[in-house]
Amino acid sequence: MFGRLTWDAIPLNEPIPLATVCVLIVGIAGILSLVTWKGWWPYLWREWITSTDHKRIGVMYVILALVMLLRGFSDAIMMRAQLALAAGHAAGYLPPEHYNQIFSAHGTIMIFFVGMTFVVGLMNFVLPLQLGVRDVAFPVLNSVSFWLTAAGVLLVNVSLGVGEFARTGWLAYPPLSEIAYSPGVGVDYYLWSLQISGLGTLLSGINLTTTILKLRAPGMGYGRMPVFCWTALASNLLIVAAFPILTATFAMLLLDRYLGFHFFTNDGGGNPMMYINLIWGWGHPEVYILILPAFGVFSEVIATFSGKPLFGYRSMVMATMAICVLSFMVWLHHFFTMGAGANVNAFFGIATMIISVPTGVKVFNWLFTMYGGSIRFTAPVHWAIGFIVTFVIGGMTGVLMAIPPADFVLHNSLFLIAHFHNVIIGGVIFGAMAGYTYWFPKAFGFRLHEGLGKAVFWCWFVGFYLAFMPLYALGLMGATRRMQHYADPTWQPLMEVALGGAVIILIGILLTVAQLVVSIRTRERRRDLTGDPWNGRTLEWSVSSPPPAWNFALLPIVGGPDAFWNAKRHPAAPADPRLVSLAVPKHSALGFFVAFFTVILGFSLIWHIWWLAIVGLLGAIAVSLRHAWQTELEDYVSVATIAEHERAHQSQVARA
Amino acid sequence: MNTVVDVASDEMPTGVPISERGPAPARVVAGFGFWLFLLSDIIIFSALFAAYAVLCNATNGGPTAVELFDKRHVLFETSCLLASSFTCGMMMIAMERREAALTYFWAIVTAALGVVFLCLEFSEFAHMVQQGAGPSRSAFLSSFFTLVGTHGAHVTVGIAWLLIMMLQVGKLGFRPMVVRRMLCFSLFWHALDIVWIGVFTVVYLGAHA
Repeated sequence: MFGRLTWDAIPLNEPIPLATVCVLIVGIAGILSLVTWKGWWPYLWREWITSTDHKRIGVMYVILALVMLLRGFSDAIMMRAQLALAAGHAAGYLPPEHYNQIFSAHGTIMIFFVGMTFVVGLMNFVLPLQLGVRDVAFPVLNSVSFWLTAAGVLLVNVSLGVGEFARTGWLAYPPLSEIAYSPGVGVDYYLWSLQISGLGTLLSGINLTTTILKLRAPGMGYGRMPVFCWTALASNLLIVAAFPILTATFAMLLLDRYLGFHFFTNDGGGNPMMYINLIWGWGHPEVYILILPAFGVFSEVIATFSGKPLFGYRSMVMATMAICVLSFMVWLHHFFTMGAGANVNAFFGIATMIISVPTGVKVFNWLFTMYGGSIRFTAPVHWAIGFIVTFVIGGMTGVLMAIPPADFVLHNSLFLIAHFHNVIIGGVIFGAMAGYTYWFPKAFGFRLHEGLGKAVFWCWFVGFYLAFMPLYALGLMGATRRMQHYADPTWQPLMEVALGGAVIILIGILLTVAQLVVSIRTRERRRDLTGDPWNGRTLEWSVSSPPPAWNFALLPIVGGPDAFWNAKRHPAAPADPRLVSLAVPKHSALGFFVAFFTVILGFSLIWHIWWLAIVGLLGAIAVSLRHAWQTELEDYVSVATIAEHERAHQSQVARA
Repeated sequence: MNTVVDVASDEMPTGVPISERGPAPARVVAGFGFWLFLLSDIIIFSALFAAYAVLCNATNGGPTAVELFDKRHVLFETSCLLASSFTCGMMMIAMERREAALTYFWAIVTAALGVVFLCLEFSEFAHMVQQGAGPSRSAFLSSFFTLVGTHGAHVTVGIAWLLIMMLQVGKLGFRPMVVRRMLCFSLFWHALDIVWIGVFTVVYLGAHA
């Protein structure tokens, strides 16, 4: 009746997960009862859960990412604490099988549910506003994408309390991840949650690519798009091209595990190395899916706060698209040690080094944009400058490892761990935080506390260097990744410094929460009345903060790059505002219900509860078919409502 | 997909580059989005093709491709699918002319050819499993069943989609939403043909190369 699911799945004898789960359950129950007690459900249901507005969906993505950052970071600090303790005869406090789950969950969560979720959220929120359009190409599909991501998140978190998570590392290499060596449900949790959220990401990539290529405002030619739109285009093209590889690869591993196929098994003629080739065919583009939008954020932030157009717009676009193409030609550098031979390794080593050329072009463009500008040292600029310094260091250690002989020494060492955290924290996280601070006033109508924002930056910046510079040294000293204990006590001081760095990052994360609370409480003083708090250059700053559901009462006519900046410099004669009533997409519960049934499907497949899996599948199909019969997909906003909003906004601008 | 030309043509002076003419009409947007989806679907197939290419000789001492595949059977199967692409085209022409009866007729022929294709594929699979050449026999057979089976699953979904579309044509008529979905369906059906040509070449003809 319940497949493999028995009471043994609850970790009653493991204090750490049990306590975590109890805290989580109490927390969630607390939030749910508060919402019920305050009577917020109708509002939440109507305005958020069933919303098809790209701005609301973008905000929900970012909230999801921030919540998962807490989860992923708790894993990180537990690992750092373990390694600060477990030297020589000391065993530390985490047993190996639990430690293995923690590092697997940390990587999975940080890449898929923090990094991806954050950048997809930013792109969702910003793209239509920057492109001068009223929503994404397929608003209901957008909601489905978000809720599928949330479904994946839910399954990963359920694994904390029911069963276990994978102990295989974040990419679940076979043969370890095959049923013969991982017979438990951990790998199945990993696979199904990523299949479900990966489908959401793919649909979102299709949606945003279509939005950029087919829906831009009149006059918004390719050479006039803000650079963030270009980097988002590159990122979404990569999503469309790379995520199907992940889906296919995981499907093959699932067939191995569930139906006894022999794709990657040791026996039956299977080929585990094929998995590693395939997964990095997705995995290397994936790092550019994450970093390119961050590059876009920095381009916007640096140009805005330098008060100058971006230096070298065309070269920036060329560099972005060059990286987009090259990212598919370097996957083998993740396993030079496979033994493909000197010529193959040389090809991929050189290809890898070539990627640093367009990246270098970008760095110089940012520096030249700042050169001679009147820079305002706001929190987003702090993140941007911190990024340039940190990312250049990370990039150089990457080029170092692109040399196959050096990689043979450094492969799977803590040096590698330091390298990719150097580029992911210094690039993606700094970029996400810069974007969060930069666009927050647009989303909510008030600014975040500036001083606390800078404090958050300094904690991350200093904490990052303390936590990861020792790891470079430890890697060179011979420390490997995924190690739960080490014999050499001379490593311990550096491990303790690294823990200190993690604690400083923790303070930064707590300050982010404090910043949010303080800013909300003092929001009346922080109001952005004009919609243009930073003296911005692009179209999102031309509308009120927060923007109305329809974004633009009249579609802007774009005459060149930096459309809003130029409009401010050369104000056109106020055109006759021939307002018309506008169609906005109707709210839709489709996404929520599809995700609801997909969670049931995923959970029952993980536990081999076949009848329930059929229920979940049929449920998801049924709600989709029901949606397919709906003919009224849009609501109309009356001219009076639009005119009223425009009047209110104009009078606010006049007063400010 | 040449409808970009008629975008806002009454507002925009001629000579404005296509990229600056503003949002494309819903038909173009839907078609383009679905194209992207099909491209991603084809990438799934290319991963499965790559796996087949790597594993096609890993027979683990079991039956090989030459021993298992019946060329004539597959040729018949292929003809059914290619013919269904033709009838799908006829269905779209009937739809463009808003001839409901003719649209139903060609849709039924298309679906019937799809069903024949699936039956042939199923009989081939059943025959192989009977011989002890099921997907868990060897890596070669795992990749064969996955590649061909994934295509078959797509055809199954396509037939179901076509039947639902016929219900929608009946209930909702040829309104723009339904026409857009029919356009997407035909793109899907032709894409499956293209994939099958790959399967026929790489898997069935490749076995005898």
